[in-house]
Amino acid sequence: MPVELWLYFILTVMIVGSIACLEIKNILSSIITIGIVGLALSLAFLFLGAPDLALVQFVFEILCVIILIRAFAKRSVKLTALKRDIPETVIAVVILAGIFVLSIFALKELPSFGKPIVSVAERYLTKAGMETGSQNIVTSIILNYRVYDTLGELTVLFTAILGSMTILRKIGRKKRDAK
Amino acid sequence: MQNKYADEGMSLIVKTITRFTVWLIFLYGLYIFIHGHLSPGGGFAGGVIIALSYVHLTLAYGKNFVSERINRSAMHNLEALSAIFYILIGLIGLYIAENFLQNFLGKGTLYHIISAGYIPILNLVICVKVGMGLYLVFYYLASYQVKKTGVN
Repeated sequence: MPVELWLYFILTVMIVGSIACLEIKNILSSIITIGIVGLALSLAFLFLGAPDLALVQFVFEILCVIILIRAFAKRSVKLTALKRDIPETVIAVVILAGIFVLSIFALKELPSFGKPIVSVAERYLTKAGMETGSQNIVTSIILNYRVYDTLGELTVLFTAILGSMTILRKIGRKKRDAK
Repeated sequence: MQNKYADEGMSLIVKTITRFTVWLIFLYGLYIFIHGHLSPGGGFAGGVIIALSYVHLTLAYGKNFVSERINRSAMHNLEALSAIFYILIGLIGLYIAENFLQNFLGKGTLYHIISAGYIPILNLVICVKVGMGLYLVFYYLASYQVKKTGVN
C-alpha cells in the first residue's frame, strides 16, 4: 500500500476518535479516546519518515493522557449536556461550509505532496553533517541552526511550571508566614 | 523493606513489576539523550522518558512514598539551574566565538559519540530541564485536591 492510503486511513481513525471523544458521556473513556488522536498522529509521522517527531509525539501523548486521567478522572467532574440551539447550529454550519469551500481554492495552490517549497531544506540535507558535525540532521537543526527557537521553548516550559506551581501548591506564602 | 505506605498505590503485582521496569525506562531515557546527535531522539524525548519513569514510580507506589524519597526542592533547583546553564553556554559562545549561542567546541569526527561540538551538552541541559519540569507539572496536577467544603 502506498503512503497516501495509510495516511487517509490514519486520518479517518483520528476523526472518528475525536468525534467519539465528544460524544462519550463517561469522562475516563473520553480521555482515553483523546489518546487515540495523538497516537495516530505519531503513526502518521512514522509513515512520513520522521522518527524523531514520532518518538516525541508518542511519549508526550502518553504523559498527557496520564496527567489528564490523574487530574480529572477521579474527581467528580459534572458533565452538563447543553441543549442544542437551532439558530446557533445553523450559523455554525454555514460558517464551516463557507470556510470549507474557500479552503478548496486555497489548498489547490499548495505544491503537491512531497515537494519542498523552502529551498533552505536542500542546504540542510547536503551540508548539515559537515557544518555541525552531528549525524542526526533534525538535532543539528534544532540545536545549531535554530538554537534560539529551543531557548524560547525552554522559556515556555519554565513559565508553564511556574504557573502550575503557583496555582496548585498547597500552602500559599501569606498563609505560611502568618503561622 | 518495610513500607509505611503499603496500602497506597496499586496492587502488589504492579509494585513488584515496577521494581524491574522503572530503571529500564530510566536507562532508555539516558540512552535516547546521550545518542541524541546520532540517532532519532534528543534532549526533549529523553527528558520526557525520564519524567515518565518517575511518573511510573509515583503511579505504582503512591505519591507519599515517592515524595519521601525524592527531594522535590532539589528538582526545582536542577530545573532552574539547567535554564541558567543554557544561557551560560550561549554567553561562552559569545565570548569565545562570535555570536550568542554559537558553537565554540570542535566538531569532531562524524558518527562518533563525542562529536558535534556543544550539541551533546545542550542535549544534557534540555534533558534535565524537561525531565524535572514535566515530572513536577505531573506531581502538582496529580496531587491537587479539590476542597470538599468549597463552592466547587
